[in-house]
Amino acid sequence: MKLPLFPESASTFAPDVDHLLFYLVGVSVFFTVLIFGAIFYFAIRYRRRSDNELPKPIHASLALEIAWSVIPFGLTMIMFAWGANIFFKESRPPKDAMQIYVVAKQWMWKLQHMEGQREINELHIPVGRPVKLTMTSEDAIHSFFVPAFRTKQDVVPGRYSTTWFTATKPGKYHLFCAEYCGTKHSGMTGWIYAMEPQDYQAWLSGGRSFGSLAENGEKLFQDLACGNCHKADGSGRCPSLVGLFGRSVQLADGRFVNADEAYLRESILQPNAKIVAGYQPLMPTFQGQVTEEGVLELIEYIKSLVPPPAAGTGTTPAEINVNPGVATATPSNR
Amino acid sequence: MNTAAIETQENYLNAGYGLKSWLLTKDHKRIAILYLITITIFFFIGGIFASLIRIELLTPQGNLVSSETYNKLFTMHGIAMIFFFLIPSIPATLGNFFLPMMIGARDLAFPRINLLSWYLLVIGGAFAIFAMLAGGVDTGWTFYTPYSTTYSNSWVIATALGIFVSGFSSILTGLNFIVTVHRMRAPGMTWFRLPLFVWANYATAVIQVLGTPVVAVTLVLVFCERVFHIGIFDPNLGGDPVLFQHMFWFYSHPAVYIMVLPAMGVISEIISVFSRKPIFGYHVVAFSSMAIAVIGFLVWGHHLFVSTQSVYAGLVFSFLSYFVAIPSAVKVFNWTATLYKGSISFATPMLYAFGFIGLFTIGGLTGLFVASLGFDVHVTDTYFVVAHFHYIMVGGTIMAFLGGLHYWWPKITGRMYPENWAKLSAAIIFVGFNLTFFPQFILGYMGMPRRYHNYPDEFQVLHVLSTAGASILAIGYLFPMVYFMWSLRYGAVAGANPWGATGLEWTMQSPPPVHNFDEIPVVTHEVYDYSTVVKEGVEVG
Amino acid sequence: MAEQAHAPVESLALREQFNTPEQQKESSAFGMWIFLVTEVMFFGGLFLAYTIYRNTYPVVFGMASTSLNAVIGALNTAVLLCSSFTMVLGVRAAQLGRRRALVIFLILTLLLGMVFLGVKAYEWNQKFVEHHIPGAHFHFEGAAEQGPAQLFFSLYFVMTGLHALHMVVGAGILSWLLYHAVRGRFTAEYMTPVDIAGLYWHFVDIIWIFLFPLLYLIDRHMR
Repeated sequence: MKLPLFPESASTFAPDVDHLLFYLVGVSVFFTVLIFGAIFYFAIRYRRRSDNELPKPIHASLALEIAWSVIPFGLTMIMFAWGANIFFKESRPPKDAMQIYVVAKQWMWKLQHMEGQREINELHIPVGRPVKLTMTSEDAIHSFFVPAFRTKQDVVPGRYSTTWFTATKPGKYHLFCAEYCGTKHSGMTGWIYAMEPQDYQAWLSGGRSFGSLAENGEKLFQDLACGNCHKADGSGRCPSLVGLFGRSVQLADGRFVNADEAYLRESILQPNAKIVAGYQPLMPTFQGQVTEEGVLELIEYIKSLVPPPAAGTGTTPAEINVNPGVATATPSNR
Repeated sequence: MNTAAIETQENYLNAGYGLKSWLLTKDHKRIAILYLITITIFFFIGGIFASLIRIELLTPQGNLVSSETYNKLFTMHGIAMIFFFLIPSIPATLGNFFLPMMIGARDLAFPRINLLSWYLLVIGGAFAIFAMLAGGVDTGWTFYTPYSTTYSNSWVIATALGIFVSGFSSILTGLNFIVTVHRMRAPGMTWFRLPLFVWANYATAVIQVLGTPVVAVTLVLVFCERVFHIGIFDPNLGGDPVLFQHMFWFYSHPAVYIMVLPAMGVISEIISVFSRKPIFGYHVVAFSSMAIAVIGFLVWGHHLFVSTQSVYAGLVFSFLSYFVAIPSAVKVFNWTATLYKGSISFATPMLYAFGFIGLFTIGGLTGLFVASLGFDVHVTDTYFVVAHFHYIMVGGTIMAFLGGLHYWWPKITGRMYPENWAKLSAAIIFVGFNLTFFPQFILGYMGMPRRYHNYPDEFQVLHVLSTAGASILAIGYLFPMVYFMWSLRYGAVAGANPWGATGLEWTMQSPPPVHNFDEIPVVTHEVYDYSTVVKEGVEVG
Repeated sequence: MAEQAHAPVESLALREQFNTPEQQKESSAFGMWIFLVTEVMFFGGLFLAYTIYRNTYPVVFGMASTSLNAVIGALNTAVLLCSSFTMVLGVRAAQLGRRRALVIFLILTLLLGMVFLGVKAYEWNQKFVEHHIPGAHFHFEGAAEQGPAQLFFSLYFVMTGLHALHMVVGAGILSWLLYHAVRGRFTAEYMTPVDIAGLYWHFVDIIWIFLFPLLYLIDRHMR
């Protein structure tokens, strides 16, 4: 029977977390030995020798109290800063990260590559390249946990959460659901296959492709006739979507929001929650008509709508700071 | 005093016989006994669930019970242990019995509300037991939405109702304690002459009063959500499931201090008596209880580091979590310093106190691990967290509860427990506990998620060790049950003050009379002044 | 919750756990204050949920809020304020040992409380008629997304419902006081139950003072 006592270390975060662990264990062992040692020593040295013993009371020492408040506090602040530093890194995916979409449901993981490969309970990734996961759930809360990478992120219905990692060692690693999600929670597990880049390329081209996410999104965009209102040149009843992603959008109530994945998702499922300035709340909700995967494909399609670099005439009234120009290249512009 | 005397002398136990004299009693001492019986029942219910969990985890395949049953087992283990054992444990039994005596009062300020509290616990417990018998509940004791509101197909409503009702039991106990400590202290019993056990229960009461209503209203919302589908936590209607986690932990993190603060109070009493010295840094220890109660309300978000809570919120909650660690650490240092140049007796309560300090130290230090953001991302929702909070709850609270029970047993019953058996079982419990839970730290860091019915093979050896420890622990817990019962009839007669302790409760006969004090005492000595008792040459058990 | 008021009452004699009547009186009042603190925390959870969702869905919440009848709400607020006033007069009458006045003011307070509950029942009934009850048949005309609109009405019903429940408990306490006031159990020396029941009644009143603007008025200035 195997008895491993330490998890594999296979991402760039893993050594960071392990080093923090060593510091924490070091501090803990020191204090545990100190306290256990003091208790043993005092208990034996000052054991009661007769029933009528009356030791002299010792009431307090301000210096001692301050010392054993301040010194441990200093040590804990190192723990805080160190842990916060790792956490910040973990919450800031690099811009060039490879994008994977994850939809969790009771009790499986559905993962999609940008190139269109779909996987269930398995994820193939190349080593040495940052991988960013954008995740949502169709039902209860789940949590994406890869012990060998030391990363974990809850996957919450109704919103996107993200996490990222860079695998460092080729191999096969556990994927667990870490947030209790019902009967087969412990069956909601899978494998991460970290591969050498060339093996990964081979895997990508070998697998069945369902068309890239943006292509599928475009198809969906046409099927749902979104282009009838969202005309690319801004002449429709709804704002143009060209160049929208990542921009700041002014709303009817004067606020500005950043057009990120969460905003796009909300605008598809609850279009009237945030009305773009200058437009009427006309759009029907697509809640229940588009699956979570479909929403992700639509978002990927909208992300792909970038204005041609030289264009620059005519600003839509709605999108301050947004100058989508005249996009002619988008096939949805019917 | 001989055996005959103890039976003829009038005391709270022989003041009335028959069920009615117990079920309608307003005597805080009798109500404490009612609580003791009730929570012992729940401890064994929760213990049976725990045993089944540990047996199931012997093998990786999960072949003893189905996943569905397993999920119900750990849920009901948590609910029975937390809401119906740990939260009422020390305050409602030892606190109820001794707090009025320690401050020189005839009873709590509101004896009838005290009785009502017990009835509420019983009614709430009845709901919970009904849910368990009717088919169980499988949401985890944390009731996370939307699983609990939308997807779970089990007895969520009955269980939530049970916890709601028992919550009012906790609130009313806290209210009673606060008013009692403020208004019922005997003349001369100033705030800084209060025994530290009273301080600890007072701090606990503050949390009970401020925190419990929030979980109550959260459960009301879960109830409405489940029955009427009102949408508060339902993402399909625009509700926020993570809001539930915030509201839940706003209570449930301070609830950890409801469980452990009274334990710290017990340990302060025991350490002082059995080293025959006042607690080193009395004021600091007293204030640290209050500091824990207050800061404890500001750290709930450290349960949500990976929940999609904002990064900056995570930062603040991590930072504040270290503030709550310091008062706990300071207590440990002060207890240890109290031993210095003391006269240290190794009676059973003191062994439990040593055990408490050791295990609480490990539990507390691993708390520093999980408060660190980058580290917690890896271990949250794994066995590391399971091990950490069992070190606090079982290694801390239950060790202290047993220590306190041994310490005050002579006062409660008038009889001594058998010392050698007690020492043996304290040792068994200490060993069994560590063997059960230490391997779980390693399991957790390796990535074993909690609430898993089956698991990868490489975790099996550590799980087997843990189960082996659990069986030792279970035997350790059965011993006191047996010898406490035995001592009720055959134990040596205790006398008023077998330990040479200083509290007002030790100035009265054992068991105490119905009306604690015929005349309210006037306190002239400082707290823990052993020169007043040792000169009299008391016999020390 | 009513037990709060019960604790120290029933007999003029000093309860055995207390040394002096002052200690008994102070303890009872202090206990009630702490109980009210727990109530603040209880409603606090709901106010938190309200704040968060109103911030998330300001437009829909505004629309849903303006669909409530502010005139009726204002009327009810006035009724409740009057009931607090009569309660104060009742407490004063008890302090002065005027039994007849105490009985009259208790009856008035009780009646005003009943009027409030009656109006509330009428309003809830309107919601049934308009399909504004959260659940399968919920429909709110103004908003395209039914979800957030339903959230508003969910909060409306939970908050006003729990408030009304507190009113019912309060009415129970008043009836109990009335029963004993008629029998002349309260004197200028012993009127603690009247005193602390008054505290409770005012507290329930104050909760409404927060609920009314938050639910009925908050978006009126926009239109």
